[in-house]
Amino acid sequence: MTVQSTATPPLGAAKKRNFRSQEATVGLLFILPSLIGFVIFYAIPAVRGIFISLSDWDLLTPAEFVGLANYSKLLKDPTFWNSLKVTFYYVLLNIPVQTILALVIAVMMSRLTKSIIIRAIIILPWLMPSVVVGLLWLWLMDPTIGIINEALRALGLGTVPFLNLPKTAMPSIALINIWQYVGYTALLVFAGLQAIPGSVYEAAQIDGASEGQMFWKVTIPLLRPVLVFVLVTSVIGSFQIFDTVAITTKGGPINATKVLNFYIYEQAFTRFNMGYATAISMVLFLILIFVSIIQMRLMRAGESDM
Amino acid sequence: MTAQAPTVHVPRRAFPWGKLAAWIALGILLVVTLFPFYWMLRTALTFPTSIYKDTSSLLPVDATLINFKRVLGMLPVQQLVELGGTGQSINFFLALRNSIIVSVLMVIGQVAFCAMAAYAFARLRFPFRNQIFAIYIAAMMVPGIVMTIPNFIFIRNLGWIDTFQGIVAPAFLMTPFAIFFLRQFFLGVNREVEEAALIDGASIPTVFFKVVLPMTIPAVTTLGVIVFIGSWNNYMWPLIVANKETVRVLTVALGVFRSQTPQGAPDWSGLMAATTLSIIPTFILFLFAGRKILDSIQFSGFK
Repeated sequence: MTVQSTATPPLGAAKKRNFRSQEATVGLLFILPSLIGFVIFYAIPAVRGIFISLSDWDLLTPAEFVGLANYSKLLKDPTFWNSLKVTFYYVLLNIPVQTILALVIAVMMSRLTKSIIIRAIIILPWLMPSVVVGLLWLWLMDPTIGIINEALRALGLGTVPFLNLPKTAMPSIALINIWQYVGYTALLVFAGLQAIPGSVYEAAQIDGASEGQMFWKVTIPLLRPVLVFVLVTSVIGSFQIFDTVAITTKGGPINATKVLNFYIYEQAFTRFNMGYATAISMVLFLILIFVSIIQMRLMRAGESDM
Repeated sequence: MTAQAPTVHVPRRAFPWGKLAAWIALGILLVVTLFPFYWMLRTALTFPTSIYKDTSSLLPVDATLINFKRVLGMLPVQQLVELGGTGQSINFFLALRNSIIVSVLMVIGQVAFCAMAAYAFARLRFPFRNQIFAIYIAAMMVPGIVMTIPNFIFIRNLGWIDTFQGIVAPAFLMTPFAIFFLRQFFLGVNREVEEAALIDGASIPTVFFKVVLPMTIPAVTTLGVIVFIGSWNNYMWPLIVANKETVRVLTVALGVFRSQTPQGAPDWSGLMAATTLSIIPTFILFLFAGRKILDSIQFSGFK
């Protein structure tokens, strides 16, 4: 980084050294507030979390070191295993549907229109608090007087209890979150599509490629870096779902939507099992590290493309 | 227009069925996106006790503004009970004020401190610069809940439970995203202007505050809007650290309101009036900064 090497050829060596030291001082001063914030609210808590997870602590009595007891408790806790299962179920429902829908919407938009108004409308749900989105859909999906069930009954399809049955609750949560995030995801993909030069398509066309061939052989490979980014961020986000569950089902019915983040919240802030809750959060962390490693592999695989 | 569909050579009279189908699909998408918002408004304008009447009417039933009045605490308790509420008015006005305080504080702190840090990471040479930046970026991958519990304990030890500083503190000095976001913009600033100012004898802070910052106002504003909306929408952290009514923010207040079920079912018309009010600031911001937010989405997708 050569602020002065190109800028100040006439400067003498002493002046240069002077500038360097000013640069270092100002640089450190400029990052100091962020460094303090980082150390206090990111670094120390992350390390402290490890210690808390090794203790038994209800906040009222002093923490007691219990070694790995929380982790062995976790292995025998059916609710934990259920939460793990339910979280993976959610991710598996959410990600494929959301990604494919977003891809379709993005391709459609790039063919039809660049209208800023349409893009603004599509992004709207993503800008809303998930608490609002959760409440709104709770109302829309209400079994007795919600408009969706009114419509289903009018069509002769009967009543769907959406959030009130263990079997339909999680798909309903996934549906709500797909509604909230699909537009945002589509716009990310749309931006990726805009970056593909039209000449690539022209060349493919001259070679006699069909529409389908162009999509699979040109669009998708060139879009891979964007798709990887989209997948990685939405997978990491999905594993941490909390708001929608907390507002609509509170983990029920019968733990059907008790995702990891909600179980951790419940253990920590309604039962005050700080140690146990932290131990579960560490497991979630490990899962995300694993997911991130897979992502890094994919990213590297994507490097050659563009 | 770079990603436009290549012109396919079809006979001229063939009707573009594919295109028509795509437009219809796009139309359906827009309806699916907008209808819930319309329904929110429709319900908010429906008279409280008429909520069970004419449940599939597309227009508000017995249209009224009374729901907005009652969630803003403008009606006497007795009338609230008559309307089927708990009589316990949810003081939405207070929650609205609290959310504004929290979000404004967050914007001021985060934007100021992250702009300085981002500039340092983009332009200045100092020891361990790249290592520190790499650690910040790596922290983006750590799930929030891992820090949430220790942070709660820390805030509690400080005696900051149920205070505004308790809500704001963890993200006031930095978030990795904000630094990352602004650094990208500072990297794109034309270096020659900065160099010219330096040759004229300006100090580095002067160059940053007087030259670079004025040039990047749009980017900084965009970050401000994103931080405001993010803070406005935040739920889990304020739920954990600030449940007292005097500091309770909108999202938390909405959660409390949802749990009050006076007659076995939530007070839907009141809830929808409250949610409608709570998203108005976002709508207004989006009206003014919509294009910038849309551009920044494109931007955040790449590196």
